[in-house]
Amino acid sequence: MGNILEMRGITKRFGPVVANDGIDLEVREGEIHALLGENGAGKTTLMNILYGLYQPDAGEIRYKGKPVTITDPNRAIELGIGMVHQHFMLIPPFTVAENIVLGHEPGSKTRLDRAGAVEKVRALSQEFGLKVDPTARVESISVGMQQRVEILKALYRGAELLILDEPTAVLTPQEVQELIGIMRRLVEQGRTIIFITHKLKEVLRIADRVTVIRQGRNVATLDISGRGAPGPVTPPTEAELAALMVGRAVSLKVEKGPAKPGEPVLEVEGLECLGSRGLPALKGVNLTLRAGEILGIAGVDGNGQTELIECLTGLRRPTAGRIRLRGQDITRLPVRKRFELGLAHIPEDRQKRGLVLDFTVAENAILGRHYRSPYCRLGVMAWQQVTAHAQRLIRDFDIRPPLPGTRAGSLSGGNQQKLIVAREIDKEPVVLIAAQPTRGVDVGAIEAIHRRLVAERDRGRAVLLVSLELDEILALSDRIAVMYEGRIVAEMPAEEATEETLGLLMAGGTRSGAEGGVAR
Amino acid sequence: MTGTVETRDPSRSQDQGRPQGRNRLRALLIEALVPIIAVVVALLIGLIFIAITGRDPAKAAEALWVANFGSRRAIGEALVSVTPLIFTGLSVAFAFRAGLFNIGGEGQYIVAQLAAAVAGYAITGLPGWLHVTVAILAGALAGGLWGAIPGLLKAYRGVHEVVNTIMMNYIALYLANYLIANYLKAPGALPVTPEILPTARLAQILPPSRLHTGLFLALGAAVLVYLLLWHTRWGYEIRAVGHNPRAAEYAGIDVPRNLALAMLISGALAGLAGTVQVLGVQRAFYDPVGGFVGYGFDGIAVALLGRNHPAGVVLAALLFGILDRAAPTMQAMAQVPKATIWVVQATVILLVAADQIIRSLFKRRREVAAR
Ligand SMILES: Nc1ncnc2c1ncn2[C@@H]1O[C@H](COP(=O)(O)OP(=O)(O)O)[C@@H](O)[C@H]1O
Ligand SMILES: [Mg+2]
Repeated sequence: MGNILEMRGITKRFGPVVANDGIDLEVREGEIHALLGENGAGKTTLMNILYGLYQPDAGEIRYKGKPVTITDPNRAIELGIGMVHQHFMLIPPFTVAENIVLGHEPGSKTRLDRAGAVEKVRALSQEFGLKVDPTARVESISVGMQQRVEILKALYRGAELLILDEPTAVLTPQEVQELIGIMRRLVEQGRTIIFITHKLKEVLRIADRVTVIRQGRNVATLDISGRGAPGPVTPPTEAELAALMVGRAVSLKVEKGPAKPGEPVLEVEGLECLGSRGLPALKGVNLTLRAGEILGIAGVDGNGQTELIECLTGLRRPTAGRIRLRGQDITRLPVRKRFELGLAHIPEDRQKRGLVLDFTVAENAILGRHYRSPYCRLGVMAWQQVTAHAQRLIRDFDIRPPLPGTRAGSLSGGNQQKLIVAREIDKEPVVLIAAQPTRGVDVGAIEAIHRRLVAERDRGRAVLLVSLELDEILALSDRIAVMYEGRIVAEMPAEEATEETLGLLMAGGTRSGAEGGVAR
Repeated sequence: MTGTVETRDPSRSQDQGRPQGRNRLRALLIEALVPIIAVVVALLIGLIFIAITGRDPAKAAEALWVANFGSRRAIGEALVSVTPLIFTGLSVAFAFRAGLFNIGGEGQYIVAQLAAAVAGYAITGLPGWLHVTVAILAGALAGGLWGAIPGLLKAYRGVHEVVNTIMMNYIALYLANYLIANYLKAPGALPVTPEILPTARLAQILPPSRLHTGLFLALGAAVLVYLLLWHTRWGYEIRAVGHNPRAAEYAGIDVPRNLALAMLISGALAGLAGTVQVLGVQRAFYDPVGGFVGYGFDGIAVALLGRNHPAGVVLAALLFGILDRAAPTMQAMAQVPKATIWVVQATVILLVAADQIIRSLFKRRREVAAR
């Protein structure tokens, strides 16, 4: 197989930032080529250049053997290059079909041939096995569906080389599985895919080859699947990929000794509540969390995890049941009281809940404790203390840039998350509720956050870890509970849990009695 | 505003935790750049407009000068028209910091005028300093109450404050018409309350102009608003609620209470605009039979131009007050239609608004990219 694309010495600067620093990239026809790198490595910039959104400061692009200048996305589309952005560019009130044909509508200049559009989209969706309902409005379909619409849109415009920018970031595990199927089908039909990610597992699972980008440079291009390779290949390990990506050896395994569980500190009995749509979301949850242990809650998104956390932290009213923190009933207490009694909370959505993006790092560093001495005395803010506090967190957690006056919204996702984790751990809580503590965070920051959570456990704190990533649950937890449809359907010591059993339970299966432990 | 990428030397990490920290001056200058450009461009457009309609721009400029700076009296009178704009500008800016859009300034202004006037003529036997204080408080309280009603409805019932503040404007207007017509009118033909007692007056400070101590109250209010927003716990909470109510809730901040409180204070500030007009200038409540006087609405423009910052509000009020004062003189001296001034004011607002729309789009894009 020949190269469909060659990019040579691509350089792109944004002011003082060198986003791409002489990157070479070769993509073979018909392969799935992963572009791996941490947040900010320059992956999106490189692909935006390929798609004609930016002009490179230096370097050349050869497409199908010919040198090309891609002045704008229209030129890219003409060449057969399509891109699905990290954030979709669909028009919500329009139907699926309307969105797909937009810009290249069938019909006359003045009239849109709606039926024709629907027909075309239906044919296209059959051809590629991408199931969509052409007449549904985009605003009413799931994120996974919207992504398919974006892919179909690119295919409709004749894309032969398809760029997917972090396509799995927004998907549930099942949707990821389906996306992989779609990608495989597309390459079978002769398309080529460039697939951006910062997740190591996905690279090894999906890609034929990978190019690792670090700080705007291509640090390696490696064979993974062996498809199209001249000889037999030994794929890299996760650890090798991680080291290339981060630039130093990273430990992917969490080092932790056995837990020494103490007193029960958080007890939940028969907790029930309604979800945002008014339907029962929790249907009698029972849990006990002990000091000095990490209890992991596994489950597919939308099985009541969010509501459980909100009930525990005081953001949602339970309709029945009882929550006790160190023996005291906190079921009806407001958020602030719970914090004063020793609860801390790393929320699952850092941008919507965890931070005030327009506040500075320092202002965010006291969020929740802002009314207390030493940050506030007699109602007056003590900014020097606040700044000093922020500087301490910045130092302890290596938050970058190390400037308390930076706007929190301008930090990278990983640094935003480190700021939240730092703030919550610094509260010295009795119980730390960590919801998706590493979602969308790069490998270096994941390592740091995991180590801190284990350290907190070792200091006798109780950690309730809620995560959609089974790997994370398995790596950190001492005990694991599985949530399914608003209930805890199983609980087991971490040693007894395997990916298979958990996966089965998460999907609503039952546990064979042979494995011991009590199911429900 | 600085970009996403901090390129400063990290060893200089002593910078403050607040945006108004050590780099205050630089940050302020950058903040002020667009409003200043907007004003210059708008004035140029005004001059060109005057020239192409066949009038003399030099004469118009002279009129603007004479009206505002030509004499001791002119300076005083210019500041008389600036004073209420400072209050209404602060009112809108304060609400905005809590994420609320208070367009009820007109109504808050009217009820405050009524309350201050009644307190000014009906209460007798108080020493001067006490009487004027009571009258000021009466006005602030009435305005505050008028703001708090939509504030409470927003906070606890989720009704949008824009709709309710507009309705409250009309309620205030017709309530004033009704009360004057039936109960509060002074003897005589004019729809006006009796004059306030001398003890309730704000002292004049620059005779022969009508400039009064209300100017100091306005400047004091600007300082207080600044301190409240950036140096107290309540200000921190109000700003947190304004930027991200869900994060505020997560942090244990009582979001509805802060919303209601912000509207109360915002209403009181707009109310003070009316109060000082009654106690310092009008000496009585004149029934606004012809409709709203416009200080409340102008406050929106002033806050926008002043970037919702108290210092910016004071400067923007100065500009708008000066332009307002200039309009009649320009008409008389240079035959320039009064509407020319409105063109200038509107251009300023359009430019500043366009800038903010563009900025917010860019900010969103950058943040999306950073995720
Ligand atoms: N339009 C832009 N303006 C300024 N800086 C940018 C712009 N786009 C990207 N950058 C910067 O370039 C670097 C690489 O960004 P990006 O290509 O988005 O990384 P990735 O996709 O690998 O996470 C980052 O430091 C980012 O802040
Ligand atoms: Mg990216």
